[in-house]
Amino acid sequence: MVPEAERLLVIACGALAREIIAIRDASGLSHIDLTCLPAILHNHPDRITGAVEDAVQKHKGSHARIFVAYADCGTGGQLRTACDRLGVEMIDGPHCYAFYEGLTQFAERDDATSFYLTDFLVRQFDAFVWKPLGLDRHPELRDMYFGNYRSLVYQAQTDDPELDVRARICADRLGLRYERRLTGYGDLGAALRDWVRD
Amino acid sequence: MSDEEDDIILSELDDDELVEQMFDDLYDGMKDEIVEGVNILLERGWQPYDILTKALVGGMTVVGNDFRDGILFVPEVLLAANAMKGGMGILKPLLAETGAPTIGKMVIGTVKGDIHDIGKNLVAMMMEGAGFEVIDLGINNPVENYIDKAAAEKADIIGMSALLTTTMPYMKVVIDTMKEQGIRDDYVVLVGGAPLNEEFGKAIGADAYCRDAAVAVETAKSLMARRHNQAGMA
Repeated sequence: MVPEAERLLVIACGALAREIIAIRDASGLSHIDLTCLPAILHNHPDRITGAVEDAVQKHKGSHARIFVAYADCGTGGQLRTACDRLGVEMIDGPHCYAFYEGLTQFAERDDATSFYLTDFLVRQFDAFVWKPLGLDRHPELRDMYFGNYRSLVYQAQTDDPELDVRARICADRLGLRYERRLTGYGDLGAALRDWVRD
Repeated sequence: MSDEEDDIILSELDDDELVEQMFDDLYDGMKDEIVEGVNILLERGWQPYDILTKALVGGMTVVGNDFRDGILFVPEVLLAANAMKGGMGILKPLLAETGAPTIGKMVIGTVKGDIHDIGKNLVAMMMEGAGFEVIDLGINNPVENYIDKAAAEKADIIGMSALLTTTMPYMKVVIDTMKEQGIRDDYVVLVGGAPLNEEFGKAIGADAYCRDAAVAVETAKSLMARRHNQAGMA
């Protein structure tokens, strides 16, 4: 067992927990500990930076190094500024949809009219999309939110037929064309492994 | 709202009660009731401008304050906005006919690469309600849309909206292009959107970052007044 002072810590968005554990276990990175912030911060980007800062301050004495498993995630550059100030690394790119697909590929697609779901968001569609937008109570608002989108793109981290079916239903509910892309973990695995190697 | 209010007959309320009821109906996003209330006030001889400012904008101000204070959330604000839109649909042509006062003219749009328009639409509606003429460019606007339309319409204000971290830098492209063309100071430039902040607004050279629709209205009014004062002194 690696002593705590030599262990590494990943502070992650709760929406990435399952994926980070899978990467860690598959890569033999057993000296990485994981702590997660509530995934629902995804819906409140203005709260992410403060929550990450608090978590880094809380854990910085107990681990040799800390990695923040967030991309910008709608913080408008504030999370990057905070991580630089705290001396911790984070994931490059605008959001998880970009790093799952691969930052370069995502940027090249330049597709503004797709609404993205990941494995996590397919599982949690009602809790993270449908209900917070009030569509359970006011379905008539759907086109105010989604009228400018054309497609729902399900970025599949795992090849799971059941999630495929569920994602297609999500697309139907939102009135969007459905597309599935099997991305796997995209740039997330490389980001973690590169950080460990540094 | 409580069941007892199902029995309220709007036409039986006096003017003050009706306006108060319209505040509640706006708050609850009841579009049909707002349309009915507007029509009743028109039948009673109210000026369209008074209905707009006293009943609709007054009600939406309450909604805006409660949104800012975390009492209401986006779905409720959208429902209220939709109800106000119903009332505005009746009043807009009448306001044009009656020559209601106009504070200034604004061209507004979501920037290139961004299709999100909820915030932009709210700002446009509240600006109209406050007496601005608003030309809505819609979504995904390249720089020339802003500049050409602002020139053609002799606008006072250019408003830009973005929801994405990846698209907000485009606001600087628009402002830099305005500088290159020597027209930056011809307009007040307001920016807004969830990932923005005041620091970003300053860094790209906007006149102001507006946190929400209510702030946008107040900022626009204040900057327009300042421009008029400066013009008067020149």
